[in-house]
Amino acid sequence: MSQKILEAKNITKYFEDPVKVQVLNDINFSINKGEFVSLTGKSGCGKSTLLYVLSTMDTDYEGSLYIDQDVMPKNDEGYLAKIRNEKIGFVFQFHYLLNEFDVLNNVMLPGLKLNKYSKEKVEHRAYEKLKLLGIEHLALKKANQLSGGEKQRVAIARALINDPHIIMGDEPTGNLDKKNSDLVFDIFKKLAHEYNQTLLIVTHDPGFAERTDRIIKMEDGKIIV
Amino acid sequence: MKKGILINIAKALLLARWRQTLVAAIGVTFSITMFITLLGFMNGLNDLLDGLILNRTPHIKLYNDIKPNANQPIKMANDYKGKHHFIQSIKSDANKQAIYNSQAIMNSLQKDARVIGFTQKLTAQVFFINGTTDITGVLNGVNASEESKLFHFDDYIVSGNASDLDRETNTIILGKSLAEKLLVNIGDVIQLSTANGDRFQLKVVGYFQSGLKEIDIIQSFASIHTVQKIMNKPNNFVTEIDIKLKDINLSIPTAKEYAQLYQTDAEDIQTANSQFETGSAVRSIISYAVGITLLVVAGFGIYNILNMMIFEKMDSIAILKATGFSGKDVKNIFMYIALSIGFFGGLAGLLFGFILSSIIDQIPFVTAALPTVKTYPINYSIIFYIIGISFSLITTYFAGWFPARKASKIDPVVIIRGK
Repeated sequence: MSQKILEAKNITKYFEDPVKVQVLNDINFSINKGEFVSLTGKSGCGKSTLLYVLSTMDTDYEGSLYIDQDVMPKNDEGYLAKIRNEKIGFVFQFHYLLNEFDVLNNVMLPGLKLNKYSKEKVEHRAYEKLKLLGIEHLALKKANQLSGGEKQRVAIARALINDPHIIMGDEPTGNLDKKNSDLVFDIFKKLAHEYNQTLLIVTHDPGFAERTDRIIKMEDGKIIV
Repeated sequence: MKKGILINIAKALLLARWRQTLVAAIGVTFSITMFITLLGFMNGLNDLLDGLILNRTPHIKLYNDIKPNANQPIKMANDYKGKHHFIQSIKSDANKQAIYNSQAIMNSLQKDARVIGFTQKLTAQVFFINGTTDITGVLNGVNASEESKLFHFDDYIVSGNASDLDRETNTIILGKSLAEKLLVNIGDVIQLSTANGDRFQLKVVGYFQSGLKEIDIIQSFASIHTVQKIMNKPNNFVTEIDIKLKDINLSIPTAKEYAQLYQTDAEDIQTANSQFETGSAVRSIISYAVGITLLVVAGFGIYNILNMMIFEKMDSIAILKATGFSGKDVKNIFMYIALSIGFFGGLAGLLFGFILSSIIDQIPFVTAALPTVKTYPINYSIIFYIIGISFSLITTYFAGWFPARKASKIDPVVIIRGK
């Protein structure tokens, strides 16, 4: 039953500039389907760096990364882009919506890129995701007309559009007030428990981490718990 | 579908910065407009100047030059065969001005498939008698209708009608300047005398103006029969046969062939007027150079604007990459932006170029030297429009290529973590 969605084997990474510093030291762990995992640690411990390695955007590392039990190549940019499109959803600390598009189109964009469904189907799915997050009334607004909490929920909807294997979040609540943080956390929890969605969230908020199913704690580039 | 979404993103980015886009497009539009106008105007002028000479000049002129006989008597003396001959005070043989056996030559030309047509001509030196003074002039005997058909003779008749020469006997068309000098009007009768002293009276039926004053002040035209009569020559006496070919580029070899075949001198148009082609070529090169310079400047404008756009849209590029758009996709987006600026700017440039050319075409350009031209000349060749739009696409392609490649190389991690 416990299907491995993500697995890191002996991942080590150095920053070369200005001097060679080891930021990740022999990281080994795996995440199973449906797990709601938080990755915590002090500032500078390498948790964000690890997340970007896991997200396939950063390929400058040693060791190997498996997503959906496939090893990720390090130099096939086009293939990795396709993996990110299909299997990974992202939520960042800052919303990173495209201001040129309305909410609906922002959500649809990765779906259109995947090109698995027709435009009408993608639009329908986008509405479903927005409804799931309770923001379907914002669908036709421009991205820059929304509040911070609303933007973050749109970003979550966008992350969900292609039914990814895993959603990765880099401090998704870091820029939100308590009320909106709770709202976003509840959404994550609902996704994990009701829709069996795998989540890996980087956070330095202990309150947030405590309420997740599993905590991975890092210190000085190593996993300690 | 996948292309469609990239084009949609490009469109959204373009419209989000529509003012900058417009400035970039106006740069292209302006340069293409100037390119089209310049080339149209320059080539119009080229055509005009070429036409001024080339239209009126026969492609091949058959005539007998006044020159010493190549077969001097000493050559026939067996004693001096193979020796070098020194002959002094040799004289040209002037009796052979007429083309020998002209009727047979004309019959043969009529059957030649390379020939559009030909006219015969007879030139006589005359004196126009103006009270007590005689004015030297040249009287050309022509076949007016043939001459008009092949060499645009009637274009240069400013008053009167070329065909009057054929219709009435003893009529003459005078060069405009010559007529002014002689103080005669149309309908007046003038008197002229030949080199042999015979006097004739001819009625003036028109004025001729070529645009070159030294021609207009000595030339006059009468029908070929009138001139034969004045010169007291039989009606097969012609001094020149002017030939128009189907392909002007064949004039050099054909002229050589005819010189051999008909035993006359043959002058081809390319040798006679080579300086005109050189002039046309230089003018074309100048207009292309100016047009391309303008386009390159516009290209730098596009380069700048795209660079700025990429700098502003770093976040958007990062998020596109994070959500699964590859570097190639991002590059294509920016290439679409550049090419659409080039395409629409270029298209507008073609339109404005056409409008500007049309306006120039309406500006009056009246000069005594060019009687047939009333406005500035413009050449509307489709070639310039094709070259214009291709140039605009090529320049914008290269102007967009470098910024687009830069955008495709942006590392999303650096942007996202940098916040």
